Amino acid sequence: MNPSNRPYTNSNNDDFKVKVGLAEMLKGGAIMDVTNADQAKIAEDAGACAVMALERIPSDIRRDGGVARMSDPDMIQKIKDTVSIPVMAKCRIGHFAEAQIIQALEVDFIDESEVLTPADEANHIYKKDFKVPFVCGATNLGEALRRIAEGAAMIRTKGEAGSGNIIEAVRHMRALQDEMKRLTTLGKEQLMSVAKEHGAPYDLVCYVAEHGKLPVPNFSAGGIATPADAALVRQLGAQAVFVGSGIFKSDDPAARAVSIVKATTHYDDPAVLLEVSRGLQPGMKGLAMSEIPQEERLAARGW
Amino acid sequence: MKIIIGVLALQGAYQKHVDSLTMLGVESRLIRKTSELEQCCALILPGGESTTMSLLLQENGLHEAIKQFANEYPVMGVCAGLIMMASEVDDERITPLALVQFKALRNFYGRQLHSFTADIKLNFDDDTYRAPFIRAPDIEELSGDIQTLASYNDKAVMIGQGKHIAMSFHPELTDDTRIHAYWINQF
Repeated sequence: MNPSNRPYTNSNNDDFKVKVGLAEMLKGGAIMDVTNADQAKIAEDAGACAVMALERIPSDIRRDGGVARMSDPDMIQKIKDTVSIPVMAKCRIGHFAEAQIIQALEVDFIDESEVLTPADEANHIYKKDFKVPFVCGATNLGEALRRIAEGAAMIRTKGEAGSGNIIEAVRHMRALQDEMKRLTTLGKEQLMSVAKEHGAPYDLVCYVAEHGKLPVPNFSAGGIATPADAALVRQLGAQAVFVGSGIFKSDDPAARAVSIVKATTHYDDPAVLLEVSRGLQPGMKGLAMSEIPQEERLAARGW
Repeated sequence: MKIIIGVLALQGAYQKHVDSLTMLGVESRLIRKTSELEQCCALILPGGESTTMSLLLQENGLHEAIKQFANEYPVMGVCAGLIMMASEVDDERITPLALVQFKALRNFYGRQLHSFTADIKLNFDDDTYRAPFIRAPDIEELSGDIQTLASYNDKAVMIGQGKHIAMSFHPELTDDTRIHAYWINQF
């Protein structure tokens, strides 16, 4: 294929290649939410491939209410000083000044995240302005392609953060996979209409129609609480998992973290999944979706 | 003989290596347990996080199995895979496989903000190679029989010893298959 037809994977685009390159290195791994250096150490020792530094884990943000913002730079710094694996941090949707601060802190990946309170109702960050790569949430194909067009180097399906309930993560991953599969069955003359329907850039729609996948890695987040949850989303097509409240809201974070790492690697080997699911203390209690009012659902933030 | 190359698939960029091998028309297998090594005549240790890989290698006998395998068959290590091939690592959390006598320094070039691509000189090809370095390690204290196969800024970034090769950059992230092809041609 002519490289000029694929701007998002163009081998001459060094900057994008280096950003997506780090996302590629995180595949097959578990990225864990941590709120202090001790938790970061537990996550790294358990085999996490990266940590997400944030002040409060999503289930506490949900409980506390108020405005959730970028974390204290000193807290992020302490975590950076403690672990050798990549460190990610979250900024609010559209809050490019928070992202500039996080980049200046030399964090390895920025998550423009619906878990924090959005700063801009209309616009996400123009991520191509940054040298540090971005990950963004998506609930469907159109949303994923809009974020990639803005420069995201990784997509994670949103799920419902802090719920301990896998149903939304499954819904979003299935939606994304089904829509991508459908595109591969269509004729070229149908793709402009698909771009209109999804509100997605035409060239990215063409990329998905040809390759059956996104031009950047596709991970899963929001509601993963057990090794089985991690294996489920991996089998549904997630190339790696983000685990938030599921680990440090459980009764045995270290053991659960190790189990989730192993389940993420051996996601299609039931014998290993059985072994790592044994002997764990109770997981986080979790919320049924009917207990979360529509206006409190985090996945609806961003567009 | 039909060549089947194993790609260690515990964590990291393993699928990208499968894609590179497919471009060369070479068959591959993902390796997550020791029995899967049996069909293979060579092994790639991909990039990823070396702390994660070191831990998962210890779990199901793979660490020992790969050491045995490497006595007979060629191994290629990339970035974290290079770290795993070293005899010594500047981080006590890593238990390397010690397949080649050198010391690996993790994250030598700094954090992701300092990741980069650069044209490097290969000693087996006249054309330069556009190499992505992602939070790359450094290769130090090379034993006498190790050959430097590529350098950047006067530092070795790709080395070979017998049929084993290791590099701190990522050939699997490019469409340029010369590195994989060079290794396979040594079999």
